[in-house]
Amino acid sequence: MKGMTIIVKTISSWVKMLIFLFGIYIILFGHLTPGGGFAGGVILASSYVLLMLAFGREFAEENLSLPAASKFDCIGAFLFALIAILGFVYGGAFFVNFLYQQYLPGEPLHLISAGTMPLSNIAIGLKVGASLFLIILSLSICCKDFKFAGPVSGKE
Amino acid sequence: MLYALCFLLFMIGLYCAVVKKNMVKIVIGIMIMEYAVNLFLIMLGFCSGGAAPIIGKDDLDGPGGQLTDLFISSSVDPLPQALVLTAIVISLGSLALMISICIRIYGKYGTFDITQIRRLKG
Amino acid sequence: MSIPLPVFVAIPLVMAFLLPIFVKKGKTAATLLANLATLSLLVLAIVSIGQSSVYEVGKWSIPLGINLVLDGLSSLVLLAVGVVSFAAMLFSVRYMEQYTAKTKYLSLFLLMVAGMNGVVLSGDIFNLFVFLEIASIASYALVGFGCEHEELEASFKYMVLGEIGSLFILFGVGLVYGNTGSLNMAYIAKGIQNTGLNAGLTFALGLFIAGFGLKAALVPFHAWLPDAHPSAPAPISAMLSGVLIKALGVYALARMVFNVFGISDSIGWLLIVLGLLSMVAGAFLAIGQWDLKRLMAYSSISQLGYVVLGIGMGALILATGGNVAWASLAILGGLFHLLNHAVYKSLLFLTSGSVQMSTGTRQLKEMGGLAEKMPITRATCTVASASIVGIPPFSGFWSKLILVIAAIQAHFYWIAAIIVFVSLCTLIMYLKVQRYVFLGELPENLQQSKEAKNSMLAAMVFLACLCVLMGLLVIVPFLRSHILEPAVQVLTDGLEYSANVIQMATM
Repeated sequence: MKGMTIIVKTISSWVKMLIFLFGIYIILFGHLTPGGGFAGGVILASSYVLLMLAFGREFAEENLSLPAASKFDCIGAFLFALIAILGFVYGGAFFVNFLYQQYLPGEPLHLISAGTMPLSNIAIGLKVGASLFLIILSLSICCKDFKFAGPVSGKE
Repeated sequence: MLYALCFLLFMIGLYCAVVKKNMVKIVIGIMIMEYAVNLFLIMLGFCSGGAAPIIGKDDLDGPGGQLTDLFISSSVDPLPQALVLTAIVISLGSLALMISICIRIYGKYGTFDITQIRRLKG
Repeated sequence: MSIPLPVFVAIPLVMAFLLPIFVKKGKTAATLLANLATLSLLVLAIVSIGQSSVYEVGKWSIPLGINLVLDGLSSLVLLAVGVVSFAAMLFSVRYMEQYTAKTKYLSLFLLMVAGMNGVVLSGDIFNLFVFLEIASIASYALVGFGCEHEELEASFKYMVLGEIGSLFILFGVGLVYGNTGSLNMAYIAKGIQNTGLNAGLTFALGLFIAGFGLKAALVPFHAWLPDAHPSAPAPISAMLSGVLIKALGVYALARMVFNVFGISDSIGWLLIVLGLLSMVAGAFLAIGQWDLKRLMAYSSISQLGYVVLGIGMGALILATGGNVAWASLAILGGLFHLLNHAVYKSLLFLTSGSVQMSTGTRQLKEMGGLAEKMPITRATCTVASASIVGIPPFSGFWSKLILVIAAIQAHFYWIAAIIVFVSLCTLIMYLKVQRYVFLGELPENLQQSKEAKNSMLAAMVFLACLCVLMGLLVIVPFLRSHILEPAVQVLTDGLEYSANVIQMATM
């Protein structure tokens, strides 16, 4: 997949960091303002998609390769499962918000409040961002080896 | 009354998914159905004159941080919004799978027309 | 000691995300871990027989939080899922060597098992929908796993119809929430008992029957099954036909109709009609098939009709105020047939997989005389065929006998006649399988066929032994009262489910 013109490349190399930062903001403040893990993860993935559209697929693949994105995916899922299991160990049931109840209550409406919810948001944001990037990268690789040759007849 | 319009949108999506012959149009029909169901779920929580259920500083009173009664009575129901968030993510996953199956079928059969993809019969 | 219920979902889910780390190296380690996961799920399912508990996730009390419920019906279906997934995973150790990307297959398989366990244990209808979608999406990907022409076409067809069914279910969930104000099944049942069924709730029940009927492949909605089940790899066909259509379709339908909405005689008649249509249409369409796995797929539709017929007869008898003992017998027949069919249909699909691996074809006309080349496969296939036809002393005979006795006791003589007639059709189709696959002349190009390898044989022999032994589940009173009777009790209690759950939760 080829990239775009020099104007698009210059602007998008500035804008992609802003989009990434905005995604991180939505994930971290997910317990205070609308957003949270899913929406922030989608915005993170879209910054990589901008990179792919503006510079070409090979550049984005060198930046964050397929096996590395797959590992981030698994790490995000593990972190989420780990928070659930830690709730079981420290609290007595899965997914108990043990930080809020025992160790770190915090003030309401501040950044450090609501216990394990920001940690869950971070895990989900990491996983959703890596998964969406993986999906779009895989689809564009798949598109590359087509022979647009017309309908196939008979048995092949 | 508005719920009937949601159901009409659902039926339009069902018509598109059942009648059309291009695979991508069938996928778009299923997506229209998903939008209709998400819209229906959000509209369930609506109360007229309601505000978004985001807690600000003025909505907490007392030392324990209880919600004011004004907040509870004047905000829309947040539970359907959580349901819709989950449903959107599920439909994203299934859309990705459907599109990738369509692309692979195009690579094998060379066409998107479902009347020509009929090897399994009987 | 009661098992924390989320481990049934957590173990396969965590293992499914652990496996992609073993990319390309350590494939044997990945296979070993996956088999360990399914074995532990089977052991946990056996340990949890006879217990009933409510687990509140996050210690939020219901109806604020979500809960997982284990009662008699859940433990029966969990047992079926555990047995079939263990056998299918053991079979796929050797069978999936002919495909690439084996670790992705193992991850998807474990995700499907996690989704099915979640559907069975969930106490909350939206949670049931989420786990149903997890299992369904994993199965769409698994059906098209080897990316040949027909597999992709079957996967697309299955996926479109499956998604439409799931959307019906989600619409129904929305309608139920709008009318009762709660998502927890116990509280919905309480609300419906107080207010009765209005137009919105009746429409929601219709949508649920359509959606879950599409997942269970009942006859107006069966069009995806004859394409999807043959095209999948053999262990996935065994899982799909053995447990997926039951856990996602029949279990959820029974839970909704009996425990949440409450039965009435129109629903009972609807279930009986759907069951009869499935039985007859599936049997007739199966006899004319020449593709081995397609014949077995149509016979799955027919056998699932037996289960829905049993449950429907029980519902009708209970709704018209008849004898509770007759209704219990009908439901016992239906649920025991569910368990039996899970075991012998998955065994049939596994034997067809080993035949396909040796001969490279699925068409009955190209096979023949494999009896001397593959003796153990032939023996297990004969055991499974005898079970599904209903020859004593195998397990299928007992469940069909109970269904016929229940139909005659409740004065539905015409239903008993149809049950016997469809059993004769089943006999015809499986005699056809035996004659064309194992007896007759060995064609020239199949002289080199060999018997299947050890792990595949172990899985098939395990299921065949279960086929023989499961007749004891009904005859021995201890096993019957611990495994089957609690499940029947849950369904005949009907709307007592909500009172039981609320009482167990607040204890």
